[in-house]
Amino acid sequence: MNNAHAVVPKSPVFDVDAMLGDMTVRIIVCCGAGGVGKTTTAAALAVRAAEQGRKVVVLTIDPARRLAQSLGLGHLDNEPRPVVGIDGSGSLDAMMLDMKRTFDEFVEAAADPERAAAILANPFYQSLSSSFAGTQEYMAMEKLGQLRSSAVVDNRWDLIVVDTPPSRSALDFLDAPRRLGSFLDGRFIRLLAAPAKAGGRAYMRVLSAGFGVFTSVLSKILGGQVLTDVQQFVASIDTLFGGFRERADETYAMLKADDTAFVVVTAPERDALREAAYFVERLDGDEMPLAGLVLNRVASTEGLSIDAATATSAAARLTALGADTSAAVLRIHAQLVATQDRQRRLAERFTSAHRHVPIAVVPTMPADVTDLADLRAIGQALADG
Amino acid sequence: MSAAYAHCVARESDTDWGGVRLHVVTGKGGTGKTTIAGALALALATDGRRVLLIEVEGRQGIAQLFDVPPLDHNDRRIASAPGGGEVFGNALDSEEALLEFLDMFYNMRRAGSALQKMGAIDFATTIAPGVRDVLLTGKTKEAVRRKSGDAYVYDAVVMDAPPTGRITRFLNVNSEIGDLAKTGPIRSQADAVMAVIASPATAVHVVTLLEEMPVQETGDAITELIEAGLPVGAIIVNQVRIPLLTEAEQAQATDHAIDLAQLAIDLESVGITATDSILTALGNQAADHAERVALEERERIVIAALDRPTYELPLRPDGIDPGILYDLAESLRDQGVA
Ligand SMILES: Nc1ncnc2c1ncn2[C@@H]1O[C@H](COP(=O)(O)OP(=O)(O)O)[C@@H](O)[C@H]1O
Ligand SMILES: Nc1ncnc2c1ncn2[C@@H]1O[C@H](COP(=O)(O)OP(=O)(O)O)[C@@H](O)[C@H]1O
Ligand SMILES: [Mg+2]
Ligand SMILES: [Mg+2]
Repeated sequence: MNNAHAVVPKSPVFDVDAMLGDMTVRIIVCCGAGGVGKTTTAAALAVRAAEQGRKVVVLTIDPARRLAQSLGLGHLDNEPRPVVGIDGSGSLDAMMLDMKRTFDEFVEAAADPERAAAILANPFYQSLSSSFAGTQEYMAMEKLGQLRSSAVVDNRWDLIVVDTPPSRSALDFLDAPRRLGSFLDGRFIRLLAAPAKAGGRAYMRVLSAGFGVFTSVLSKILGGQVLTDVQQFVASIDTLFGGFRERADETYAMLKADDTAFVVVTAPERDALREAAYFVERLDGDEMPLAGLVLNRVASTEGLSIDAATATSAAARLTALGADTSAAVLRIHAQLVATQDRQRRLAERFTSAHRHVPIAVVPTMPADVTDLADLRAIGQALADG
Repeated sequence: MSAAYAHCVARESDTDWGGVRLHVVTGKGGTGKTTIAGALALALATDGRRVLLIEVEGRQGIAQLFDVPPLDHNDRRIASAPGGGEVFGNALDSEEALLEFLDMFYNMRRAGSALQKMGAIDFATTIAPGVRDVLLTGKTKEAVRRKSGDAYVYDAVVMDAPPTGRITRFLNVNSEIGDLAKTGPIRSQADAVMAVIASPATAVHVVTLLEEMPVQETGDAITELIEAGLPVGAIIVNQVRIPLLTEAEQAQATDHAIDLAQLAIDLESVGITATDSILTALGNQAADHAERVALEERERIVIAALDRPTYELPLRPDGIDPGILYDLAESLRDQGVA
């Protein structure tokens, strides 16, 4: 246990090395609210696992620019590439998700070239694959599925670490793919594509306003061309896939398997902790395996604590005595302790409701996490609990 | 001319954004868009003005910020500003806007409501996200232009906007619906929206922290906004820490060159007995602090190179509550934002 764990005194320590060393764990998913350190944590776990001898691939979504550079993610070819500089007998491949490309490849794999070209050129497809809510989550899942198959088939990797998209809500990672799937396989889109097939007259009656009103309103809002594009898109994909919804359900089921471990990342802030709580409860409800919580960017005082009030008043007296530098040093300490106190109170809201969730606390590093050395330092902090 | 009126005119020309009636606040998620939009609305409302604060992402962020019940698509008074001003809030709802649209142009409100109940309206805005954006910016434009008699109903409108990654697409409705509608009311709506949003009466402000990713996104967003011909406003640097070290101390701390023996003597003089490990830890903390400050300085230089009017708001150690929002508003006014 490291000193930083003092912010969550009652919570068990998340044994990160035990998770990384467990060969039955083959997928680690890092989730959490936006900006808490998901990408950083995913990369740090991947580096640490690789340096402990595992054959790892990490799927990042939105690495900060300098981190991307040091992982060799400069080129966007949507395929994992070896990371240079990993010590030991393991290996690390890294990639950054290109959602449009993943979608394009998904279409190209399923359709003959001519049909694929028609789909890729369809304006509705283009907007779907580049700017729809949920597409990034869907494609992250899709890519994870692909990596998993190639891990199994050619034994290339024994551990996949995935970062998740930067949505405000951590739950989006679980829900958005199925939401998008339901939309694409949904009754309205079927109805537009082939009114006759969608359930015929019986369905038409359900649509109390009538099919005519439905399409007339839609074409007033969207313009006739969009409806045509949607119709063509649906007609051309219809026979290709088992269905978007079904596919999303399959990847979702994959996350329930025993070889998956969820790591929920959070920061000691109100909104992020609330998101973490929702997510933990959801995992529990869906019987998905939570390995532990990472409480990232915590103020660390290296175990030393002159309490904030004492430090502040001592600093004021030192200033009066003209000992400015010593006063400043004490003020820095006082600020750190005050921050830590606030973080402890905030974290308690989570820990008191989720006593059994193991937690690894990671201190705020003085600078951004940009290279392998920084990732190793984060990995060490994770392992220290 | 009454004294009060003279005062208003004087202030108008005093401020950096006197001619701006629509303030759009964007930034990387979590930097403080909602907080700053709220503070800006209060600042603009000071001295008897009426300001509308709009949210477009249905998160009820404004209601939480001002600690008022959830907002809907009707303007509701949510706060009073110093000097008799008023802030109104509105959580725009794209489905509702679409129904109004159908009603206004096609007299189809009932059919629209029936379709809405079945989820078909939601479906329509999902198929073409651009339509949703036109409707939301359309309602915003309408609020900016709304008049009662000869006078505008709102002196200014502030939008708590989507984050940097989506802001240009969101505002640039003309190109977004480009292929969608070549004619018809949606097209005219988009044109009318652009006439307001791409004019000098609008300013898109970007909120950032002194951290690598938000600053990077700020630069990227400004480039995109400029390329799209949208009016970039200020950069608002949020959560700025008060400096604790002088320049000389900063250098010393960085080099781990703070005189720990002197520190021990000083601490002893105020009744704190410091062991070696305490002294080392204090020295390390000062070094970490100095490193963070240096990093913030580097980000400041990047921000300065973007060459936009820049304002700073302090990090409030205990977080934000409605009372503190007034302090932030005052600070914005002191800096000439409003
Ligand atoms: N423990 C930490 N100490 C200091 N900086 C950190 C830490 N964790 C993350 N960061 C920085 O915070 C920023 C956001 O982290 P990131 O992992 O990209 O978050 P997310 O993926 O959740 O959006 C990055 O610039 C990263 O370097
Ligand atoms: N100046 C500040 N000092 C302290 N906390 C702040 C400050 N500005 C924002 N916050 C806090 O940061 C978090 C994110 O702010 P918010 O306005 O919700 O950001 P956004 O709308 O960009 O996601 C909130 O918890 C808010 O209270
Ligand atoms: Mg990320
Ligand atoms: Mg917000």
